[in-house]
Amino acid sequence: MISLTEKSPLGTYIEHLKKGELAYQVAENGKAIFFPRAVAPVTGGTLEWRVSKGLGTVYSTTAVHYKGEPPLNVALIDMDEGFRMMSRVEDIDAMDVKIGMRVKFRTHPGDDKQAPYPVFTPVAEGGAR
Amino acid sequence: MSGLRKGSVAVVGAAESDLGLVAPNTSPLDLKAQGTMRALEDAGLKLSDVDGLFVAATQTRMGPMAFAEYLRIKPRYFDGTIIGGSSFMTHVAHAQAAIEHGLCEVAVIAYGSTQRSVSRAAASPREYNYYESPYRPILPISAYAMAAARHMHEFGTTREQLAEVAVAARKWALMNPKAWEKEPLTIEQVLNARMVSYPFTVRDCCLVVDGGGAIVLTSAARAKTLKKKPVYVLGVGDALGHATISNMPDLTVTVATESGPKAFGMAGLKPADVNMVSLYDAFTITPILFLEDLGFCPKGEGGRFVADGAIAPGGKLPVNTSGGGLSYCHPGMYGLLVMIEAIRQVRGECGQRQVPDCEVALAHGNGGVLSSQCTVLFGSEATL
Repeated sequence: MISLTEKSPLGTYIEHLKKGELAYQVAENGKAIFFPRAVAPVTGGTLEWRVSKGLGTVYSTTAVHYKGEPPLNVALIDMDEGFRMMSRVEDIDAMDVKIGMRVKFRTHPGDDKQAPYPVFTPVAEGGAR
Repeated sequence: MSGLRKGSVAVVGAAESDLGLVAPNTSPLDLKAQGTMRALEDAGLKLSDVDGLFVAATQTRMGPMAFAEYLRIKPRYFDGTIIGGSSFMTHVAHAQAAIEHGLCEVAVIAYGSTQRSVSRAAASPREYNYYESPYRPILPISAYAMAAARHMHEFGTTREQLAEVAVAARKWALMNPKAWEKEPLTIEQVLNARMVSYPFTVRDCCLVVDGGGAIVLTSAARAKTLKKKPVYVLGVGDALGHATISNMPDLTVTVATESGPKAFGMAGLKPADVNMVSLYDAFTITPILFLEDLGFCPKGEGGRFVADGAIAPGGKLPVNTSGGGLSYCHPGMYGLLVMIEAIRQVRGECGQRQVPDCEVALAHGNGGVLSSQCTVLFGSEATL
């Protein structure tokens, strides 16, 4: 069992993001786990950290309309390693983000109030750019 | 639900509080109390008869305590389980268990919300979640929008079919004097309304109004001695799926696939036996998902099922005859009102919108972001 007085699961995750890495955990049976946890779901066992290759596919998507702003994308991304996360696909109009689109991770630096967080960009045709 | 007995308890009182927009400084507890006294009056019972209290509300975090203080009663049994809008269906299951075991005899399940008066942000503040909040989804709307987008992608469901749900709700609402919305609505108006979170316009989303109410349950034996014809709890089932939309395994399949069979199994009934259904319609996609997951049509067919006015007055299945959360009332956690309409249909109290010979009604609650699903089957004495 990990010590929660030294390091938290989210703290470790954010440390990886600061290095430009998207981290996730795997259970003893090799199953990818996300969001980061102190304890493996179902089994209650231990979890190990891995770094994702950063490639995934849009599972679903919406364009959120806030007053006075261009539509904002919110999407669920299925990562190739087998876990799903909420994120945003950038560098493209919100309405042009489509289910099934291949996307690649990058770290959004955040700001004073918000720790870094993962976002995605479309993968160019023919593979990762 | 296994362990509970079909028809061991009955609803003997049901009433809304005032709905829509209440006077400034009305509290959620005022609405709960008003609904409770109306429901007790409906049952021919007094406040002093109540020995079981079931409360869930976002504005009164420690609900049973606050409501017992307000009423100055000391319930023998109380429960404040809160799993979103479906909480009250789960309260029915818990109340039934408590009544069967003699832990209480007269249970009140109450709700009140002033979210229109105080704003939704004040009435139901969102919890910060590192894995979702930075992306600024409008929750819960964007979660349901992504479920709708996925359903459209997998099954060819269209925005017009989603709009059919809103239009059907409006047609029913025009027959309900208590409904918030009073004007007709067309598919074109739904599609051309202000976009909120694609594919949802504001007309794909439920109302944001004040309201509440209460129902009173007691043992079948005592129910027979009271004012109104008892409406029996034939079956109940509930299930927890996930809490956040990123953790829902398949956005087109809810755990109503678990709650439904539990309720139908306990009741010894099947979907074809149901005369009307009351489905939590927070968004136009939800009745479509629940019609599929509860077995009224195959998975993926929900959009085509609701097309051509099939769930509107005169259609093949009466759905949300009150006008639903989309057009009648949605005070934040709408599940209690979902049940009240089903109960009234079994009693035959629905006037112009009454479903003929309504012996079995299904009330289905949804909570969170398609997270908790709870199904209750209500029936007349003939169905026991």
